[in-house]
Amino acid sequence: MASDMIGTLRRSRAAVTAERPALSEPKVSSIGTRALLLEAPGAFELHQQKRIWSIADEVETWAEVEEVVLGVTNLLVVFSKPPRDLEATSAALMDAWHRLPEKAVSGRVIEIPVIYGGELGSDLPAVSAYSSLPPEEIISIHSAGSYTVCAIGSSPGFGYLHGLDPRIFMPRKTVPSLRMLKGTVTIGGMQAGISVSTGPNGWNAIGWAATPMFDLAKTPPTLLAPGDQIRFRVERIEL
Amino acid sequence: MIEVLSTLPLNTVQDLGRFGARHYGVSTCGVMDPVAFVVGNVLVGNPDNAAAIEVQTFPFVVRFLADTSFAVTGADTAATLDEHEVPPWWSSTAHRGQTLTLRPPASGARAYLALSGGIDVPVILGSRSTHLRSEFGGFEGRSLEQGDVLRTLDGEVASPASRKSAGLGVVPPAFALPPRGAKASDKVLPVRVLRAGEYDLFPVAMQERFWATDWKITHHSDRGGYRLSGQPLKLAAPVELRSYGLIAGIVQVPPSGEPIIQMSDANTAGGYPKIATVIEADLWRLGQTRLGSYIRFEDVTYEHAIDAMAPVVAYLAQIRRTTELYRSL
Repeated sequence: MASDMIGTLRRSRAAVTAERPALSEPKVSSIGTRALLLEAPGAFELHQQKRIWSIADEVETWAEVEEVVLGVTNLLVVFSKPPRDLEATSAALMDAWHRLPEKAVSGRVIEIPVIYGGELGSDLPAVSAYSSLPPEEIISIHSAGSYTVCAIGSSPGFGYLHGLDPRIFMPRKTVPSLRMLKGTVTIGGMQAGISVSTGPNGWNAIGWAATPMFDLAKTPPTLLAPGDQIRFRVERIEL
Repeated sequence: MIEVLSTLPLNTVQDLGRFGARHYGVSTCGVMDPVAFVVGNVLVGNPDNAAAIEVQTFPFVVRFLADTSFAVTGADTAATLDEHEVPPWWSSTAHRGQTLTLRPPASGARAYLALSGGIDVPVILGSRSTHLRSEFGGFEGRSLEQGDVLRTLDGEVASPASRKSAGLGVVPPAFALPPRGAKASDKVLPVRVLRAGEYDLFPVAMQERFWATDWKITHHSDRGGYRLSGQPLKLAAPVELRSYGLIAGIVQVPPSGEPIIQMSDANTAGGYPKIATVIEADLWRLGQTRLGSYIRFEDVTYEHAIDAMAPVVAYLAQIRRTTELYRSL
């Protein structure tokens, strides 16, 4: 039964959504009249993200910028009113891309204890089958890595992480889990994650962490910040 | 102060939105029809951003626990104060003990109940808007329920004029700002959009289909986003982008090919290809479209999209002038 499912998963590999081919040049595009998106060229690499961080720091100081939203090797700039000269504003963003150096980050190291496998890491066998590595090896690879928080987004406190070992990449599910628990440690394509709210989720669950990622009583309310390093520590393994 | 006597789920306290918190992954939330919301506040003498109740399930019944000026704007809900009809887009004063009833609207989707002073709920990350999925903001982070008592901040109980008159009404924006080129008999709402980053990724036939289709707003639509149905828009191969920041009005095409328009409660980031963005001047109109109704997309230029806000701004300015004049009587 399980091997059928894994076989299907493997065969469907070509059918799953693929990442758009990497851009060869940086791209600026508008989203409505009050937002511009700058996307870095190339692969999902940390040095590109560091340039995005630098640009974010500068753009925040521009007049009529209401909000700067970091993404994964991209940056959304929201203006308080539409720039009349869109071309000039786009050119200024492009100039910032070419001009600014990578940001020197001094993020904190945050350790997250994880209970791997078991009921809350129920996709571990599927990840193991997909990668042709035993579950113990998946856990060892996942917990040996150092992950950089690229951006916070999607849901309150959710960190987009760079640094997942390619040996344990695993495509997102075509049919999401309907009720994945908050704190679930996941793999989605080439990204590692920790879910921040209970609900439908298409990433693969390999474990669970109790560490709260968002707390309104704190300033800032998010545990993670861009540039932080995450280390997953094996608290327990349930196979 | 009011007490909720009867409500269905999904009626919430909202303001214009929680701007400036997207970098924490916190959605902006906020009202779906900012024009109706602001007019409601202007009519009762509030700042534009005072919190009000967004009513999207009916009937909705409240009792006033103190004399309060109020206005009902947005969808026409055939409202009554006790047995008296309350015209839509009208402000008047309720006396303690009176009951206000909002009924299922014949047109429009959302009504706004503005109370003088604005609803007194805590400001969280700069806003009083309810964030239902994250269970914070608004009234205890949830939909209103029977028995809830909502306080208001200090406001005028009633202007002298409204005490001696039947109140003040304004022309609804559906009349003052009709959609361009639309006839009253038209069953398909034209929605103006700007092309977005992945428009050119779609084959020409799919681009043409995007413009030509009458898209149905399915019942899987809510404050988070509108899921449209129609002939799917297919790419040569499905692609996903690295997660990027979203704003309300963005039209994305998931692998199914049926577009999604992200709305107020949308997640702050996502990775579906984006084909277009609804212009700001038409977002309020979209906020009033009903499930099961149809929209079609109209291609406009950046300059058109900016200029399209002028009539909305002029409409609001006119209402501010009228209201000020009335209140000075």
